[in-house]
Amino acid sequence: MSRRPLLREFPPTTWYFRQPRYLRYMSREITSILIAAYCVLLVFGLHSLAAGPAAWEAFLLTLKSPASIVFQLLVLIAAVYHAATWFNATQKAMPLQIGEYFVPGAMISGAHYVAWALLSFAILFLAGVI
Amino acid sequence: MSNSPPRSHPPLAAPPEGAAASLGRPGGSSERTVTLEVLRYDPDTDSEARFQRYEVVCQEEWVVLDALNKVKADIDPTLNYRWSCHMAVCGSCGMMINGEPKLSCHAFLRNYEGVIRIEPLANFPIERDLVVAPDDFMDKLKRVKPYLIPKQEKPISEGEYKQTPAQLMKYRQYSMCINCMLCYAACPQYGLTPSFIGPAALTLAHRYNQDSRDGGRKERQEVAATHEGVWECTFVGACSEVCPAHVDPASALQQMKITSSIDWIVEHLIPGGKP
Ligand code: SF4
Ligand code: FES
Repeated sequence: MSRRPLLREFPPTTWYFRQPRYLRYMSREITSILIAAYCVLLVFGLHSLAAGPAAWEAFLLTLKSPASIVFQLLVLIAAVYHAATWFNATQKAMPLQIGEYFVPGAMISGAHYVAWALLSFAILFLAGVI
Repeated sequence: MSNSPPRSHPPLAAPPEGAAASLGRPGGSSERTVTLEVLRYDPDTDSEARFQRYEVVCQEEWVVLDALNKVKADIDPTLNYRWSCHMAVCGSCGMMINGEPKLSCHAFLRNYEGVIRIEPLANFPIERDLVVAPDDFMDKLKRVKPYLIPKQEKPISEGEYKQTPAQLMKYRQYSMCINCMLCYAACPQYGLTPSFIGPAALTLAHRYNQDSRDGGRKERQEVAATHEGVWECTFVGACSEVCPAHVDPASALQQMKITSSIDWIVEHLIPGGKP
């Protein structure tokens, strides 16, 4: 008997609509577009800083425009969401075994959140924001 | 395939009429007519797969596999599917149930409403009806050398290779795989790039790498630490969500990425470093 297994195509562009978990995954990946856009903004900032005080002031003023504030808020949400997915992943990527037992995953991820909060405070403090 | 000897519980393929009501909970159980929409494909006559509907009278506590057994026994003996243990151990009854990879012996009818759509496992060629060709998975399993490769062979006279409970725990979870291939059906990277070694095979490589009696990691890395290996994984995490044995393949692959990165750093950035 001849063997004729049937191959079903995997839709190369629409697969992520197949399951909600694929959409969740794509939403995590798509946050990187916003973060890349913010990096471009920072490069512009550096450029205007190099161009002299007038250019730098103009850049700061643009940052305060409503559109820019909305953009920065969106980037912040994306960055926090992306970071949270990574912190949640740390317990899978870096399990900690003590003797026969494993440290509960929530403690490993939790430690990252704590370190994140502390570092953020330290940076905001050094920058004179708080 | 479905010719195992009769057992009293869970329900059999084709319980004799009237007998079914006495199975399960004391005092009998309620019946329910379930509509199954099953993908059919006959390699001898079909060029495409098609859905076929069956109305099946089922007991409330049945699983999807019981309903299929009832179809095969009473309605359509030509229906093909794989199963053996009926207790989530053998790993042979995997199929897509309403688009989700599931063990059909573990998918309770009470958790489904309306028409239940049953298809063969995604991302594998369909051999016939719900039976898929597992050849690619089998080949990949072999490629990761899923067996102990001792650091040093020792003569039998020196006794066994001993292991402490802590050393066992290091890999135990990753040794629980039942080769059901649900993780491959869930993984979009495998669907998009069929050369990807995939979750279960790489996890098995990790299982042996983590074993204190093993010294074969370097050999396995030739397959695992490549673009077709762990680096094809983008951590969708679907494998771990569907795994019925709680193996958590995604965690194994992320751990392998970390150790492979350390290997790379040692080899390329530390003078004289060997991974
Ligand atoms: S890792 Fe889990 S889902 Fe994948 S084959 Fe093994 S038991 Fe099945
Ligand atoms: S029949 Fe063995 S796992 Fe379902």
